[in-house]
Amino acid sequence: MSAFISLLKRDLLLAVRSRAEVLQPLFFLLVVVSLFPLGLGPGPALLARIAAGVIWIAALLASTLSLDGLFRADFDDGSLEQFLTSGHSLSLLVLAKIIAHWLTTGLPIVLFSPLLAVWLNLPREALPVLVKSLLLGTPVFSLIGAIGAALTVGLRQGGQLLALLIFPLLIPVLILATGAVSAATDNIGSSAYLLWMAAYAVLMLTLAPFACAASLRISLS
Amino acid sequence: MSKPLKYNPRAALVDIYPPAKDNTAQCTHELDTQIVTAVDKQVAEQEENVCIRVENLLFERWFIPVFESLNFSVKAGETLLVRGTNGSGKTTLLRLLAGILDPTEGRIHLPELPVAWLGHKLGIKDSLSVRENLQFMARFHNMQPTDKLINETISQLDLERVAEQDAGSLSAGQRKRCALGALLFQSEAIWLLDEPYSNLDDNGMKVVDRLLTLHQQNGGITILATHGALTPQSLEVRELIVLGYQDSERYRESLA
Repeated sequence: MSAFISLLKRDLLLAVRSRAEVLQPLFFLLVVVSLFPLGLGPGPALLARIAAGVIWIAALLASTLSLDGLFRADFDDGSLEQFLTSGHSLSLLVLAKIIAHWLTTGLPIVLFSPLLAVWLNLPREALPVLVKSLLLGTPVFSLIGAIGAALTVGLRQGGQLLALLIFPLLIPVLILATGAVSAATDNIGSSAYLLWMAAYAVLMLTLAPFACAASLRISLS
Repeated sequence: MSKPLKYNPRAALVDIYPPAKDNTAQCTHELDTQIVTAVDKQVAEQEENVCIRVENLLFERWFIPVFESLNFSVKAGETLLVRGTNGSGKTTLLRLLAGILDPTEGRIHLPELPVAWLGHKLGIKDSLSVRENLQFMARFHNMQPTDKLINETISQLDLERVAEQDAGSLSAGQRKRCALGALLFQSEAIWLLDEPYSNLDDNGMKVVDRLLTLHQQNGGITILATHGALTPQSLEVRELIVLGYQDSERYRESLA
């Protein structure tokens, strides 16, 4: 447990040290979202209809952008070999890294989403559901993305392959999340969607660390 | 930042190193009972002390063996120096022992001790200072990173002047010293060191020798690889020569 906490602290400290890398996905998100009104025309009705989808796809792209680096630095400087030989549970250490990744990329996206929702004229009653769906969905990005990152960490062009690997697995999250928001817009209950998302998040939280650890072993040998 | 320490090397060593543990007790569990119960009791008594045993170890990369099959054993308190030419598979052997690679054939018996691995990649973070790196390493290896412990480690490694600098701004030798600090937090482990002397100056090499001597006195096992020129000076070592497959008789015969 002490190794888990020390690694979590170290990753957060490293994130504070390299602020530019941490802020990059967030700025990417803001830029992508602000491009849509320019491309599609700023009609309030149109924007309100596409707001949830745009925010979600932009969040997905922004998360993927930072995933490639999740294990790469540790792979390059030998930290991963240290984790593997340390005798600590690799799955637990991986979980610490995933949590640190979510805190530095997923959480800022959740916190900024109300601002984006206002930009895109999302109906006010749908806003809490959007934030909730992001709160349940962004951890899944980090968890599933970590499996892809672990598989591709040894490859030179890993980033592009990573996106191809994980996008199909993230489709359920996208469908459920946008479904939840449009249900809230239409004043139908959205809790069914959110509960399914929670179930998916719990499933990934249980399985992803083991899959990650196994993938890292393959990548290192 | 770093204030001059009133530092007594012996005292610090005792602090960092817990009193010698009886490694032999933990080593017997892997022994093959068939061999032990064999007629020759003397063999059994000798085997008692064997900690690491490697039998017919072979590793193939793309179906080509890296080295000729290896058989050796290491006892508690022994330092094994793995020698071989470039490309003969020294690093591969150490990675196999560390469990990063799986052997193609053969078996490795290891005692239930942790492994401290120091390879070409040092596992230190460039954007953290030497002190922060050591603090992380200590905590990671279940030790309380008190100021006293970290300061003593820093002076052991002779890094007082750069303790607060980012590891990325240091020379290769200084980075190596910082990475060696991890060994001090793993005094109970089996040390697997790949070229521990590379990049180090005379003083740094003495630091390594001092760590190795301590570990040996403590009953710990060290296996270190070197291509030849740089070897431990002040302690007793056993040598293992690794013959790369490309240099072997078998390979020449297969060509003929």
